[in-house]
Amino acid sequence: MRRGVVFAGAAVVLAACMTAGLMVGAAGLPLKGVVLALADRLPFVEAHSGLTPLETGVLFELRLPRVLLGAMVGGLLAVAGAGYQGVFRNPLADPYLLGAAAGAGLTVTLVIVAVGDGAAVPLAAFCGAAGGVLLAYGLGHTATRGGGTATLVLAGVAVTSFLTAVQTFLQQLKVDELQRVYAWILGDVGGGWDQVVMCAPYAVVAAAILLLHGRLLDVLSVGDDEASALGVRAGRVRLVVLVAASLATAAAVSAGGLIGFVGVVVPHAVRRLAGGSYRLVLPLSLLAGGAFLVTADLIARTVLAPAELPIGVVTAFVGAPFFVTILRATRKVET
Amino acid sequence: MTVEITGVGVDLGGRPVLRGVTATAREGRWLAVIGPNGAGKSTLLKAVMGLLPHTGLITVGGRPVRGLAPRDRARLLAYAPQSPLLPPDMTVHEYALLGRTPYISYWGREGARDTETTRAVLDRLDLAGLAARPLERLSGGERQRVVLARALTQQAPVLLLDEPTTALDLGHQQQVLELVDRLRRDDGLTVVSTLHDLTVAAQYADDLLLMSGGTAVAAGRPAEVLTEDLVTRHFGARVTIGAGPAGRPVVHLRRPTT
Repeated sequence: MRRGVVFAGAAVVLAACMTAGLMVGAAGLPLKGVVLALADRLPFVEAHSGLTPLETGVLFELRLPRVLLGAMVGGLLAVAGAGYQGVFRNPLADPYLLGAAAGAGLTVTLVIVAVGDGAAVPLAAFCGAAGGVLLAYGLGHTATRGGGTATLVLAGVAVTSFLTAVQTFLQQLKVDELQRVYAWILGDVGGGWDQVVMCAPYAVVAAAILLLHGRLLDVLSVGDDEASALGVRAGRVRLVVLVAASLATAAAVSAGGLIGFVGVVVPHAVRRLAGGSYRLVLPLSLLAGGAFLVTADLIARTVLAPAELPIGVVTAFVGAPFFVTILRATRKVET
Repeated sequence: MTVEITGVGVDLGGRPVLRGVTATAREGRWLAVIGPNGAGKSTLLKAVMGLLPHTGLITVGGRPVRGLAPRDRARLLAYAPQSPLLPPDMTVHEYALLGRTPYISYWGREGARDTETTRAVLDRLDLAGLAARPLERLSGGERQRVVLARALTQQAPVLLLDEPTTALDLGHQQQVLELVDRLRRDDGLTVVSTLHDLTVAAQYADDLLLMSGGTAVAAGRPAEVLTEDLVTRHFGARVTIGAGPAGRPVVHLRRPTT
């Protein structure tokens, strides 16, 4: 009962943010026109939106793919963050802080520099994301046996810096590609329908696997020994969730570039509002992450209009202070 | 269900921690594993639970634990570690419900029966009023009861408890021990627990297993195991063993007279 209300609330927030994303921009579109134009595209529905052909074009060719991609990338980053947090039993784990995003960024840059854009991008991103996380985990694990909460994040920061340095080196080698890579690094969800279509299959598979592991992540949260004593093969669950979260990160990074803090801020806010069970945290993070990024994109393209602010700047602006409060909260629990 | 431990050895990081341990926890009785720090008490419990690879043979109800699938093993043995990890924002009900995990398939979810079993266990442990409370807002005694609740929802015939009373004051220690004893008698559970307090172990357990340096050095009724000679030799302590209630010994530390 209460769960139903929470989910309905999150869905309403996401729908409201997406609608606002469709309406607001260089050319403002009226709410009624947007709703009717969307309804008109549904099968068996005839509606006259009253929008001009130009406005209809803006809505369907610019705004709609942008909002959909924003919702998808935001939802994926948030749900991947929640998944990593469950795997590492660490509320600070996040695709960006763990080195997953930087790993994906490096391999994607490699692909862009070597062969240009193409179908290899998501696959390269996946390998990079998984490699980045494993590197951070391995480093954190050897640095302090068992690995504390902060150690993993520190290792992730080190891995991120290193991979970013390699990536920058590659960029400078190929100055003619610089502009394209640079724009991509700062994050952008204006890729159009191509990006939406490319990202969607990965998004669906990764999100489905993650959502189905909510119960098992709850079991893992009581510790490995106890999870084993409860009959769960902890290692296997970890691996599956890790792969799915890296796939989600890869899909988000290859479609939206490097956008930080979504994966740590959104799940944390969800936990505060709805409790700690991963069965709630994962699906709610998916919805709330979408709403968060669509709103961030809305801000990014309006504050300096007609210029556009990179979306990663907006999420960092909101996310970094928030991250510090989470850090303080977890330090308090640990000591 | 009887637990038979025969010639069990465990190596951790290439170092032998247990060697040739043989012991029996008989059905419906309480076996307390005692011994000085580092004797291998917790390791033995983990080996029985199947959490550590071991040599030798451990059987539960005649079935070797090594060959059991994790879920089947979890239906026979419930385990509560010395310092359980309690996720701060998980509620008491959610936590106790985790005990139903061995009855749910990988992709499955709890059914009405699991919720019902959990509710009944919380009722029985006087935790029904706390069902919706997050774990971070529990007192020490409540936390220990909640951990027991999780072990009980597992409905396993054997309960393995690693130091169930550490960090509890005297009154709460007694409360938890009596609860375990009541559950043992009512449900015919076999209890195997490590206990560092020898007098407590003698009071509540039917049988004691004294371990030292990774081997079992004595086993039997409390009065047989807790002798001044054995305690002095293995704990390096000067003690006087007195007669306690119901023929169960009481261990006193003795200060040197100057």
